Amino acid sequence: MSETAIREDRSSKGMARVSAALWRRGWLRATLTLTPPLAWFLVIYLASLVLMLVTAFWSVNPFTNVLQHSWTLANFNQLFTSPYPTIVLRTVEMAAIVTVTDAVIALPFAYYMARVASPRTRRLLFTAVLLPLWASYLARVYAWIVILQKGGTLSWSTSHLGLGAVNIGYTNTAMWIVFSYIWLPFMIVPLYGALERIPESLLEASGDLGAHAWRTLRLVVLPLVLPGIIAGSIFTFSLTLGDFITPLLVGGSNAQFIGNVIYNNLGTANNLPFAAMLAFVPIVIMVFYLLGARALGAFESL
Amino acid sequence: MTASGTKGTGERMKPRRSRLAGVLIGAAATALLVVALIPSGASASHVNAGLVAPEANAPVPSSIGKGEGKLNLIAWEGYVQPEWTKPFEKQTGCQVNVKYGTSSSDMVSLMANGGGHQYDLVSASGDADLRLIYGGDVRPVNLALIPAWKDLQPFLQSPSFNTIAGKHYGVSFEFGPNVLLYSTKTFKTAPTSWSVIYNKKYAGQITVPDDYIQIADAALYLSKTQPKLGITDPYELTTPQFNATVALLKAQHPLVKKYWDLASQEESLFQSGTTVVGAAWPVAVSTLIADKDAVAETIPKEGATGWADSWLLATNAPDPNCAYRWMEWMTTPQIQAEDAVSYGETPGNKLACPIMDKIQKGSCEGLHANAPASYFQSLYFWKTPLATCDNGKNDCEPIQNWVAAWTQIIG
Repeated sequence: MSETAIREDRSSKGMARVSAALWRRGWLRATLTLTPPLAWFLVIYLASLVLMLVTAFWSVNPFTNVLQHSWTLANFNQLFTSPYPTIVLRTVEMAAIVTVTDAVIALPFAYYMARVASPRTRRLLFTAVLLPLWASYLARVYAWIVILQKGGTLSWSTSHLGLGAVNIGYTNTAMWIVFSYIWLPFMIVPLYGALERIPESLLEASGDLGAHAWRTLRLVVLPLVLPGIIAGSIFTFSLTLGDFITPLLVGGSNAQFIGNVIYNNLGTANNLPFAAMLAFVPIVIMVFYLLGARALGAFESL
Repeated sequence: MTASGTKGTGERMKPRRSRLAGVLIGAAATALLVVALIPSGASASHVNAGLVAPEANAPVPSSIGKGEGKLNLIAWEGYVQPEWTKPFEKQTGCQVNVKYGTSSSDMVSLMANGGGHQYDLVSASGDADLRLIYGGDVRPVNLALIPAWKDLQPFLQSPSFNTIAGKHYGVSFEFGPNVLLYSTKTFKTAPTSWSVIYNKKYAGQITVPDDYIQIADAALYLSKTQPKLGITDPYELTTPQFNATVALLKAQHPLVKKYWDLASQEESLFQSGTTVVGAAWPVAVSTLIADKDAVAETIPKEGATGWADSWLLATNAPDPNCAYRWMEWMTTPQIQAEDAVSYGETPGNKLACPIMDKIQKGSCEGLHANAPASYFQSLYFWKTPLATCDNGKNDCEPIQNWVAAWTQIIG
């Protein structure tokens, strides 16, 4: 037993020496701690992105589908020929509409959650907002197909209410509804965070100075939650920009999105370089979006 | 944040930026290293896809030797079911490994990349076959070693999609038509022409597959309705013929409710009554009919396109003996019948019909296994569109133009 104790003592002495050495040499400590995550970031994250960029300058033999490692700008030139500009525009348009829709729905909802509801109701609402995220994305999209298709729940309800049948299955309207539904929690949560941080005293001061509710909302609340709205919009905008499953399942005959073209080029045409080039379109759009958001001051409170 | 604060951050950012540049350079260097390590030799032999099959003179065996103990397949999902794979493994000692291909192009890529040393056989559809043959990824086989070959439907023994100048690059096994599916509520009698899917009367109630090979369906229709165009083969289209076909499909676009990607999508489109007419695979038709939906299928007077799958032998197949054993096994009447019923397709082997009925009553007739020769003659099987036409001229539209045109049609 005493032998074990000695060994333990020795090993703890060794540990102490190592830790003392690390304490003395701060750079060594930093290097050891940072190397694994940094290596992961470099190799897995950045290198794969760079590789994708490099691939975008290659081409495939159209007949045998073999990758040709010779440099060409053909993929980028093709982006500016029909129908790709239409497809990019359609995608950005949908992303913008979905973002605005979610912001408009989420603002009153989050306001109620953060400032009006009792703690118990708030917990319930939080669960209600996050609950859909626990279910499979696919299951939720399929549920919407059942709701929106001809003779589906929506059409059945409206015709029984005497409003006539509503057939919006497999249309861009259907896509708009499904996208807005699916990404809504990503807007509510950051907005809730932003609204919760507004000091009650500011709202009271606004009221004391004679501002009505609407004016307080416009001049006090909105500017203060703008970073929250923009944080949420980054989610809703970029998620819509990259999605291909909802257009594929819910969309009609005009449902080609950037994501679908990428998917087709990988799955059907097997044109990796062209898909890689297209993958940069959302990245470039997001860079401009974030620069715009920064100009609006969205990141100042980060 | 105050202005001075911003400035301060900006100043502090400077060294960080240069460090970020270092990080980016490091990442770029890593990527370039990876790129440099990718063997480029594989592409060299494939790039020059002229119209000579590179492996045409590869030797074929005169007998099947001892099995290698394993077999690596690329197959459509559903073709390598345990029901017939387990007995095969037991009988031959060849352990079967399978990689499912997601599309014809995916299969072509899988076969071409890695030098083709990995796989033995691919269950390629007709639209992939010529790409594989002219790409040098598959080599001739000796069909005398496959006893059931002579029992195949005559048109599948040496079809132009897998046999070139008398050399067979594989054995055909199962096939199916692309039928016209319609709602019996809308159509009291079966439509006799494909014109219904180009008809404004059914605007917003039409569905067609989201696939470039759909151009051939339109070309087939035009070959019968506009004989002036002179289309003789829907897969060999000269530029004017091709443009006329693409124009027809562009005019069809506003009428189409949805271009379906999955057979299940088409099923729900018809179940809900969203669409009433469209082009379909037999598997969707069987599902809908089993579900007692008011639909029926027909092959209109213009005929129909179809797909026929073959097992093709990889040029560098590591297990050729097991591969021959598999081709032998998969063409026997018993397995042909099991495969046909399980997948909802037509067996290539003429002797499979009675066995199909034993497995599932009525399946032989339902899947057209005993159809008359006229039925098979009305089918135009998928094949790769090439720049060279059968007329010896080099004025046909190649596959890449088909794919590009399709993106434009649906975009």
